[in-house]
Parts: sequence; C-alpha cells; structure tokens
Amino acid sequence: MADKDLLYNYTLHLADNSMILGQRCGEWCGHGPVLEQDIALTNIALDLIGEARSLYQLAASLKGGTATEDTVAFLRDVLAYRNVLLVEQPNTDWAYTIVRQFFYDVFHFYLHSELMNSSEERLKNIATKTIKEVTYHLKWSSEWMIRLGDGTDLSREKMQDAVNGLWEFTGELFMSSAIEQKAFEAGFAPDLNILKPLWQEKVEDVLAESTLFIPEKNYQQKGGKTGVHSEHMGFILADMQFLQRAYPGANW
Amino acid sequence: MSNKEWPLWEVFIRAKQGLNHKHVGSLHAADVKMAIENARDVYTRRMEGVSIWVVESKNLHASEPSEQEEFFDPANDKIYRHPTFYILPEELNHM
Repeated sequence: MADKDLLYNYTLHLADNSMILGQRCGEWCGHGPVLEQDIALTNIALDLIGEARSLYQLAASLKGGTATEDTVAFLRDVLAYRNVLLVEQPNTDWAYTIVRQFFYDVFHFYLHSELMNSSEERLKNIATKTIKEVTYHLKWSSEWMIRLGDGTDLSREKMQDAVNGLWEFTGELFMSSAIEQKAFEAGFAPDLNILKPLWQEKVEDVLAESTLFIPEKNYQQKGGKTGVHSEHMGFILADMQFLQRAYPGANW
Repeated sequence: MSNKEWPLWEVFIRAKQGLNHKHVGSLHAADVKMAIENARDVYTRRMEGVSIWVVESKNLHASEPSEQEEFFDPANDKIYRHPTFYILPEELNHM
C-alpha cells in the first residue's frame, strides 16, 4: 500500500470514530436530563465533529480529485466506515451514554497523547489541538462515572448495567487492524499495545472510585475497523447523510 | 428516587486578565465542582472568559426594593460627588 493510501485510510479510521460518536452525542441535543448537561454534551459533540472535520479535510486532500470533507463524510456507505463498534452503540439512557463516553474518552486521550509525537506533521497538529478538548471530555465523563456509580442504589444499578452492556465493545479499541499495524510500522501511528495497559489502569481506577465492577465475562466483539458494523450503523448514516443524499451538494 | 431540585448558583465570568468578574447568569448544579463545570459549558463556549466564579444563590443578599427611595434617591442632586470639577494636567489624558 502506498504511503498516501495508508495515511488516507488511517486518517479515515480516526475521523470516523469521532464523527460517529459526535453524531450519537448530538442526538441528545434538546433531550438532555437537565439544560446544563444538554449543553455540556452538545459541546462535546461539536468538539468531536470539529476534530472529524480536520481529519476529513486531511483525508480529502490526500484523495485529491473532487473529494472534499463532505464527500468523504456523507457519501460513503456503511461498509466503508472504519469506526469501532463502541461509538455506534445507541445512547439508550444517560448511564449508557456516560459509560460509552468514558470508555472512549480514556482511549481518545491516550491516542492523542501518542499522536502528538507522530512523524506525520498534519496528524501531530490535529492531536495538539484535540488533546485539550479530550482532556476536558475525560474529566467530565469521569466525574459522571463517579457521581452516578457511587450515587444512589438506582443510579449505581443503571451504571453497572451500562458497564456490563458496553464492556464487550472495548476490546476492539486495541485489536490492530491491518491499517493500524502498517501505520504504526510506518511511524505515524501509536502502538495499540502501549495504549492498552494505560487504558486499563485508568478505567480500573475510575471504576473503583465509582464502586463499579468490570464484568467477568470477557467475550469481545470486533468488526467495526474492517467495516463490519452492528445494525445501528445504517440508521446513524441514514440520519446523518439524508440531506446530502436527497439534495446533493446542498449548502448552508 | 429523590426529586429534589439541584440548588441554584450565580455565575461570574472574567472576560480577560485585568477586568472584573461580571455576573452573567445562573444555573443549577449539585455541588460546587459541577457548578464550575456547568458554568464552563454554558457560559464560556464562545470564548467569553478566562476565569469563573460561582456562588450559591442563597448566599447572595440584596437590597430591598421597598427601600429604593431612601437608599438611592438622595444621590440624585449631589453632582459634586463626581470628580468632574478638577482641571487635570494634559498628560493625564486617560482619566
């Protein structure tokens, strides 16, 4: 695979994770449990979509021709999306939303900490901007993990349900796809084997403080990174891409 | 489940170094930590500030509207309290 293709595919994988999680967080807009948290989560959605935009712009420039950030984001179908299964899981309730966010924020934080040392200048610049946003996301979701985990009986039960339900989607974060492996060998992507123990340690710390437990069953789902998504993904894209599909080239 | 509302907090933002914190509004939060984070999300998303103060609204004490006359009207005709009757040297042109 040529270097340009490799960087294109790796960039898309990063962008798709943030885009789809941003879209999920955006679904809370106008439906948050309280006004303040509605705004907090929408801010996070906009940070994620902003990061995805920078990455899609990079991807489009690598692809060349008539590609733009919009064609890359809105005109690819489910099988071409490279995001992990975790980020496409439904909001379900506030507990699921927080746990999904927390699991991803921890990963996202260490990922960008490493990408700040990438040999690829453009990824490095995006990481330098993103790390500040992600640091806040992680603080915010950790706070909610602890408040609700170590909260009332009901809130604790809901949080433990969400941890149990989402745990099987965390392993995929660290299963290198062929693209990630080659990107690591080419020197511009981090080694996921280094990120995994960092993630594990932080997650264990916060779960302990939240009085929550890692479930015993440890079956792990995978597929998102190679385009094999859960049934939710088609609905997300239908929602997200409707406008560009129905009115090609539509603009503000 | 408790249906108790979170307490109300008043939010003060300093727009940039050297300026005062100014009251910008209020919000609900369970405790001071959450109040500061909520204030960050609700009131500084458009680069409005570099510092946040929050005060639980119950800790603010206000003058009585019914005492308006004796409190504020006596100042109406005391124009000599404004320092506008001095002739300043020209080099002090930013006073």
